[in-house]
Amino acid sequence: MPTADELKQRIEAAIPGAQAEVQDLTGGGDHFRAEIVSDRFEGLSRIEQHRLVYGVFGDEVGGPIHALSLKTSTPGGTR
Amino acid sequence: MTNDEIRSFLENAIKENSVMLFMKGTPEQPACGFSMRASGCLNALGVKYAALDVLPDPRIRQELSSVSNWPTIPQLFVDGELVGGSDIVLEMFESGELADLLGVEQPAEEPEAPVHGGAGDQQEPSSPPLGIENRLS
Repeated sequence: MPTADELKQRIEAAIPGAQAEVQDLTGGGDHFRAEIVSDRFEGLSRIEQHRLVYGVFGDEVGGPIHALSLKTSTPGGTR
Repeated sequence: MTNDEIRSFLENAIKENSVMLFMKGTPEQPACGFSMRASGCLNALGVKYAALDVLPDPRIRQELSSVSNWPTIPQLFVDGELVGGSDIVLEMFESGELADLLGVEQPAEEPEAPVHGGAGDQQEPSSPPLGIENRLS
């Protein structure tokens, strides 16, 4: 069962320079909320930004990670 | 029903309904908070939309995610394009972008992830969802 900290580390490892804050919403290890700031999001639509993050976890999102609520932004401000 | 049939049903639903929401449960009875949030935003804007419950058959979800390249439910499509899941829908609702996209007026009062079916002195009931017939179960 993944932990918030593990998700944070995996996001930050997969998206170099990203800063992630991850919360386990229920304490059950399956509903998470992540707020991520990265300049990699520059120029991407919201859909593309979220896909980039979901891509870190592949099939785990929708599987063992039932829900991963996202808020993505760039260091210069939102979008 | 084969997986291919489900897939083409979903592709048609996306093509034929200009505002198409895939959710868990129905707008009247959402089965998940995230789905409730997404349908609540559409209800608050008073737009007509089609909704399909993905729960009756797990293959609906699998095929949908493979069509949309998006892992979770709900998923909102407008004019055949994926707009996003509940986070994006809510963000766009709050910023007024969703109203713009759908060509409607942003409701005057500050939206509090509106819950469907609120009683009270609503001036006018929001349009009922088109209610896509669920032929998948």
